Formats: sequence, C-alpha cells, structure tokens
Amino acid sequence: MSHSLVTMSYIVAAILFILSLSGLSNQETARKGNYYGMLGMAIAIIATTLGGSVIGSLNVYGILIGALLIGGTIGARAALKVEMTQMPELVAIMHSLVGMAAVLVGYANFMDSSITIGGVEKTIHEMEIYIGILIGAVTFSGSVIAFGKLSEKISGKPMLLPGRHWFNLVLLIAVIVLGYVFLQQAESGGNAIIPLAIMTGIAIIFGIHMVMAIGGADMPVVISMLNSYSGWAAAATGFMLSNDLLIVTGALVGSSGAILSYIMCRAMNRHFLSVIAGGFGTAPGAEAAAIEGEVQPIDAEETAQLLQAAKNIMIIPGYGMAVAQAQHTVNEITKLLRDKGKKVRFGIHPVAGRMPGHMNVLLAEAKVPYDIVFEMDEINDDFTNVDVSIVIGANDIVNPSALNDPNSPIAGMPVLECWKGETTIVLKRSMASGYAGVGNPLFVLENTRMLFGDANATMQAVLKALKG
Amino acid sequence: MKIGIPKEIHQGEMRVATTPEAAAQIMKLGFSVSIESGAGLGADISDEAYKEAGVEIVPDTRTLWKQSDIVMKVRAPERNLKLAIEETDLLSPGACLISFIWPAQNEALMQKLAAKHVTVLAMDSVPRMSRAQKLDALSSMANIAGYRAIVEAAQHFGRFFTGQITAAGKIPPAKVLVIGAGVAGLAAIGAAKGMGAIVRSFDTRPEVKEQIESMDAEFLMLDFKEEGSGTGGYAKTMSKEFIEAEMALFAEQAKEVDIIVTTALIPGKPAPKLITKAMVESMKPGSVIVDLAAEQGGNCELTEKDQVVEKHNVTIIGYTNLPSRLANQSSQLYATNLRHLLTELCPEKNGVINVNMDDEVIRGTTVIKEGNITWPPPAPKLSAAPAPQTEAPAYQSVLEQQKKSIIPPAVKQLLPVIIAGLALFGIGAVAPESFMTHFTVFVLSCFVGYQVIWNVSHSLHTPLMSVTNAISSIIVIGALVQISTSNSTVTILAGVAILLAAINIVGGFLVTRRMLEMFRK
Repeated sequence: MSHSLVTMSYIVAAILFILSLSGLSNQETARKGNYYGMLGMAIAIIATTLGGSVIGSLNVYGILIGALLIGGTIGARAALKVEMTQMPELVAIMHSLVGMAAVLVGYANFMDSSITIGGVEKTIHEMEIYIGILIGAVTFSGSVIAFGKLSEKISGKPMLLPGRHWFNLVLLIAVIVLGYVFLQQAESGGNAIIPLAIMTGIAIIFGIHMVMAIGGADMPVVISMLNSYSGWAAAATGFMLSNDLLIVTGALVGSSGAILSYIMCRAMNRHFLSVIAGGFGTAPGAEAAAIEGEVQPIDAEETAQLLQAAKNIMIIPGYGMAVAQAQHTVNEITKLLRDKGKKVRFGIHPVAGRMPGHMNVLLAEAKVPYDIVFEMDEINDDFTNVDVSIVIGANDIVNPSALNDPNSPIAGMPVLECWKGETTIVLKRSMASGYAGVGNPLFVLENTRMLFGDANATMQAVLKALKG
Repeated sequence: MKIGIPKEIHQGEMRVATTPEAAAQIMKLGFSVSIESGAGLGADISDEAYKEAGVEIVPDTRTLWKQSDIVMKVRAPERNLKLAIEETDLLSPGACLISFIWPAQNEALMQKLAAKHVTVLAMDSVPRMSRAQKLDALSSMANIAGYRAIVEAAQHFGRFFTGQITAAGKIPPAKVLVIGAGVAGLAAIGAAKGMGAIVRSFDTRPEVKEQIESMDAEFLMLDFKEEGSGTGGYAKTMSKEFIEAEMALFAEQAKEVDIIVTTALIPGKPAPKLITKAMVESMKPGSVIVDLAAEQGGNCELTEKDQVVEKHNVTIIGYTNLPSRLANQSSQLYATNLRHLLTELCPEKNGVINVNMDDEVIRGTTVIKEGNITWPPPAPKLSAAPAPQTEAPAYQSVLEQQKKSIIPPAVKQLLPVIIAGLALFGIGAVAPESFMTHFTVFVLSCFVGYQVIWNVSHSLHTPLMSVTNAISSIIVIGALVQISTSNSTVTILAGVAILLAAINIVGGFLVTRRMLEMFRK
C-alpha cells in the first residue's frame, strides 16, 4: 500500500469515528454509530499493518497477530460476561489499559533509535514523548484506583491527606523540573531514561492521589474525566508519532470526555476544579444543620397497598438498585402497575449511579421502555401530581437540604424533588448516610416512609404483595 | 294554570316536590304556585322561604287539592289517614297529576285515576333518552340512594373505609362490592371510593365496564358470553347458566368483602335474589349489606323491607326511603326535574300545559291522558346508557421543556480565552512547520468532538463512554508502527501495547453493542 493510500484510509477512519460519535448521541442511530466505530478501527489497523510500517520477520507478525488475538479474546470475554451493574468498573479498567498502552508506546518511541531528527523538532518530539507518558501514566493509575473504588476494593470515602494541595503542587513542580532535566539529557545524549522513569513514577502517584481524594458520589465525573485523559494520551502519542489519525481520534475522545465531565459537574452544581481537587467541603463553613426527627418504617405489604391506591407513580433509582441488582424486579413491578392502568415513570438524576447514564443502562437491561424514563429536568416540576414516589437505593440525589440548607455540603446541587408528591417510599439498607456522607432530612419528613432491607428482596416482596 | 304542591303523607317521606328556587322558575313559565303549609319542613324548607319566592301558602289540604289544575307530588297518591280520604278523590276533575306512580305495580291506583278523568304524568316513566335526562327523576333519586347507601353502610360498619398507616398500627382499607352499576351503583362506587375503600363492581351489562373503571373501581369479569343489556339501558333477566356463574362469583366475593351494596333491578319484575343466606353466613362478622332493591323484594334473601336487621353477625339494611333520608338534596333535584318537565309541557311559556302525545318524552311520561290509560308507551327507539358520573380526569402532564442556556456568561469565558490565546501565540512563535500542521488538525478535531458530543442524549452517556474508550485504543496504531524495529525491547513494548489496546478495542465495541441492544422502546 502506498503512503497516500494509507493516509486516505486514515481519513476514512477518522470520518467513521466522527460518525460513530455523532451516531451515539441519539437512541435511533446509536447502534449504527457503534458499527461505524468498529469499521473505522478495522480500516485503521489493516491500513497501518499493510502500509509498510510493519515489515520484517515472521517473528514480528507472530507477535502482532498473537497480541491481537489474545487481547481480542480477553476483551470479548470481558465484554460478554460483565454484569450491567459493573459497567462503571469495566469502563474504568479499560481506561487504565489505554493509559498503559500510551505509556508503553511512549517508551518504545523513546528507545527507538531509528528516528533521526534534530533541532527544535527533536526537542518538541522529546517533549511530546514526555507529555504522552505523563498523561498515560496518570490515566493508568487514576483508572486503576477508580476501578478499585467502584468495585469496593478500596473505600469509597475520599482520602484527604493533610496539605494535599501542597502535595499536588510539589508533584507538579517535580514533573516540570524532571522534564527540563530529561530534555537536557536527551539533547546531550545522556541517560535520559532515568528522569523519564522517575517522572512516570510521580505521574502514577499523582493519579492515585487524585482519585483517592475524590468521593464516591463524584465518581461519574472522575470516570468521564479519565475518559477524556485517555483521549488526550492518544492525541499526545499522535503528536509524538506525527500520526494525524491518532491526533484526530484522541482529540475527539478527549473533548467528548471533557464535555461529559462538564455535564456531570453541572448536574451536581459543582465546579470542575473543586471535584478534581477532591473531597467535599473544601472551604470549612458552618456546620450543616443536624437532621432531627423520627423515621416512619413501612413494610412491603403496606407499600403494595399504597401502590394499589396510587395513580401516578414515580420511581427514582440510585446506586443501591444497581448494587442489589433490583432492576429486573423493578421492571416487573412497573409492568404490573402499568397493566393496571397506572402511570409509572422513572426519574433519573444525571449523577445517579457511579457513571454517567448508569441507571439508563440498567433499566434498559431490564427492558424498561425508554420512553417512560425521564431526566430530572423533564419531571421535576411534575412531582406535585405524583401519588407515590419510590426511591430505590438513592440518597443524595433526593436530599432536600441541597436546596434549603446553605451549609449542606451538597447545597445548590439540583435534586429530584420527590417530597413534593403525596407520599415517598425510600428503600434503604439501613439508616447509614449516603455516599457523600450527608444526612438526609427527607427520611424524617411527614410524608416519607422508610422500607428497610435489601432493595431486591424488598422489591420482590412488594411484587408478591401486588400480585396476591 | 294553578300548580299545587301538597304535603307528602307517606310514612317517613321527607321530600317535597318543589323548592323556592324551582318554584320561582316555574312561575316564570306563567304558572302560579301554591304549597300546603309545612310541606317543606321535612326537607328543611320553611313556609317563609316559599313565601319569599312568591309561592302562596295554603293551610288547608282540601283547598289546595281543589284549587289546583296541576298537582305535583313525590309519592303516588294514597289514603290520607288524617282526613280519612283517598288523595285521588281530592283531585278536581280534569286536573293533572305529576308524581311517581309505578303503574306496573299499582294497577288499582291507575284504574282509580282513570275513573277520575284526569291526566297523569309518571316521573318513573320518563323514557331513557338523552333529551329526557334532565327530567329523569329516577336517575336523580338513584344517585342519592347510591350515595346514601354508602353513608348508611359506613354508619353500621365498625371500621374505617380508607386504609391508613398510623403510629398506632396499620388499618386495612374496607372492601366494597357494588352489584349493579346503574346510576345508584355508580354513585355508591364514587362515594365508597371517595372514602378510600377498595371498590369492586359487577354488572351483567358489559358496556358499563368502562364506566366502572372510569370511577376507578375494579370490574369483576365473568367468564361467560351473554349480553345483559335490555332495551332502554336497563338490565334484562339472564339465562340459568349465567346466573349460576354469577352466583359463584358472588359467593367467592362474599367471603372477602366487608360491604355489599346491591342495586340489581329489572324493570317491572321482582328484584333478582343474588345474595343467598349461605353467602351472608360466609361473610366476615361485622360486614354490612345495603340492599337498594328492598322495595322490589330485595337482592338479598334476608333483607327485610324498611328495616335494619342483623343476621349471622351481618347488618342488612333494607331501607326503601334512602333519597328521603337526604331530603333537602333529593327535593332540590326532584324539583328541578319537575321544572324541566313543565318546561317541556309548556313550550310557549304561557302558563298552560300541552300534553303533546307526539313528543316522545311527554308520550312516555304520560300514563293517563284525560282518563285513558296510555301506559305502557310504545318501546323507546333509542337506548342511552346512563352517563358516567364523572369524567376520567385527563391528566395531560405538561412538561415544560426548559432548555437552559448551557454556555455560562461570556465574562466567565473571557479569561480562559485570553490564556488560550497567549498560549497559542507562544506555541506559534517557536514551533516548527510540521508541528503546526498537526496542531491544526488537533484543534479542529477538538471542535468537531465538542460539536458532535454536545447534544448527546443523557441516557446514552454510558454507551458513549465505552465507545469512546474503544476508539481511544486507536493508540494501537502507535504500537503497530513501532513493532518492526531492530530493537527487541521496543518490539516487546509495542507488542504488549497492542495486546492491551486489543482488549480495549474488542471489549469496548462489544460491550457497547450489548448495551445498545438493550435500549428498546
């Protein structure tokens, strides 16, 4: 294949990637979009392989094909086996792979002595390698920690080191200094790999520290941010290799992740920087008002009776539904109630769950029709007409203190105003506070009933009572 | 013409045939109205109230009957024990009587009235047509009876109707079964539902299913093919098999429900016996049966007319005067029905009635015309199912699509723009040509990504993320171009990178496909 043909294939692949992303912005075209992405990727790989870059012994082809096959098999197995509730973990760990690949490609490129350039171009090239590895390493370690937090291998509580901002600053300065040393060494033909390796270590520590400091409730932001990073890592690699396809694709992914992060932050009324800086309540203010009052428990049978009597029902799922795998039971209850002529809708908070759109995926898995699933902005004004709202394993996204307690850590975050309906039933494992560690006055409101227990078990009981 | 309203003499009858408001309207038609002193007391309407409306108060019963060209009553004429005279005999010859008559049940009365050469309009014989609905006194009274039936049941029932969850424990809602969903049945459903009970209803006419459901009650289906609709919107007698199936259903329900209201009537026939002694015995202690068909013999075997009896720990209410127990309300509605009838009879508004036998409504209502019995009338041509009592509330949730401005105020944006501008200037100052080409591509791609992603639907965030994740594995290209070098370390590094990226490519695309397959409308 001639060079021009390879470039042409890259253009086609880039266009297919753009089509893929634009396809995914809409339910009707999403599937097509996914196929465009696959096609683009296939074209890119084939064109590169046949394009004259891959030459040499059978050995090289062996490694290439072997790596592709093994990697592909592992990926396929993971994709087909993963539970929908574990999507956030899967996405997080896949981000880490991209980060790792970027680091490896960076090192490979650095060690490759066949590239002969000089002057400013060489300096820029070294800088590109440096930045590429930096972003790749941060993406890698950050994603691994995010994975650990999401799979609850690491505590979801933000780990706040004393003087953590200073710590970050020191790391940043160290990275800049090391970068200077690295460029000097590379210029003079010295041992540049040492500063590079130290920087990689620092970047890894930085990634760990950054994600450790972020609370579980902010995970959707972290995931989309890491998504963005993996894109920037690819773009940096593209600069390093002077490969426009990598730049284009990396930039696409990077900006899409950045936008998602921004959307998530807006949904929580948080500033992006304050999320990244980590933890809640960075500015110590007055104590949030303590929650006083008594909760009123309810049992499954009474819940069923309330549902029988209701006409307009709103279901508000949260991470607890995912943990308990209750989405299928919820769907069955929904079907039953809809057959009885009741209006059942789902209200989804943008940051419900642990990654953007998490709840939608779960409900789709359980075959809840997506036209009864609404976004917060679409239904928040309608709660006055709702007879019964069921909050399943959600806490912070239905916390009234976000609106009326300026000292609350989540003050100003838009929430689903379910307490405006006639009755709210909250399913909860216990009276522990939510991921954000914030008390919720909703639980002690006059028109709130608490249904304690595992969400799936309780929903099963409600279903049974509804059928009986 | 002079209209006279005598005091009702039937035992326990509290209603009156006109109210001051209705009388005022009638007088506008050109009639003069007089009323027997004390006629409205049962319905809490004083003589003074009538007088204020311009109605003449006549203290003497005989005078009132004698001077009236039209006598309007609630109950059919009967013997006045105080005066020891039949009310029929008080009518002056050629006069007109408007009241409930029940010609089928009261043949002797019909003969007597015919002998007096009077004209009689029976409020119970108003044809069931859309046009006649405003003078359909049966519907008005049935509506009240249905409501009152629930009130009576509530009085004798030892629990709440509504289910409640209180600090002192849980209260299950009462279960009410309403048999026969005519006007009375529907009114009973509405009243019971309003008090919070769980209401079920059964009717032999399948077309009322919708009406029952519109009242938010559950329609009990009988798995049996037979239409129970007779002419004129009433029910007819059903086949033996149907009745057996129906009885089995009632027997099953009797064990479960707390309150049964029966309203099953077939015109001109004794009421069907639907609740047997055995069913009553099977009911929970403290249950209540309200038999609205008590007048026609009752739907329950144990019903005693006009009595409240307790049998097998079940209270059975057999009142036949339920509308009268809500006398003010029923007098108002009945008076309005009569006024509408007079409006029909007196289209010229000249105070003279014209019993026009060509008019289907008047023809049906008139049972005796100038001494000739004209009952029964020819069958009505149109069947009008009773109108549902309430419209199903049509919730049209108006979701205001508030597209908030996504872009923050321009001022906020100014600072990053300046910084970015300076940075770009700095790069442009030192960077070589080849870098700038790539940089152009990079910046443009960022904008494309921004434009493409901005409108992504919220529900697709997760698939989008996994697909971008797969696409970001394009980094595999970087590894591919490096794999063929003489440096074996580089080859291995590139090989591992390819492996990692391959996991991502296949995994990312496949999991996205799996997710998207699930999104179904």
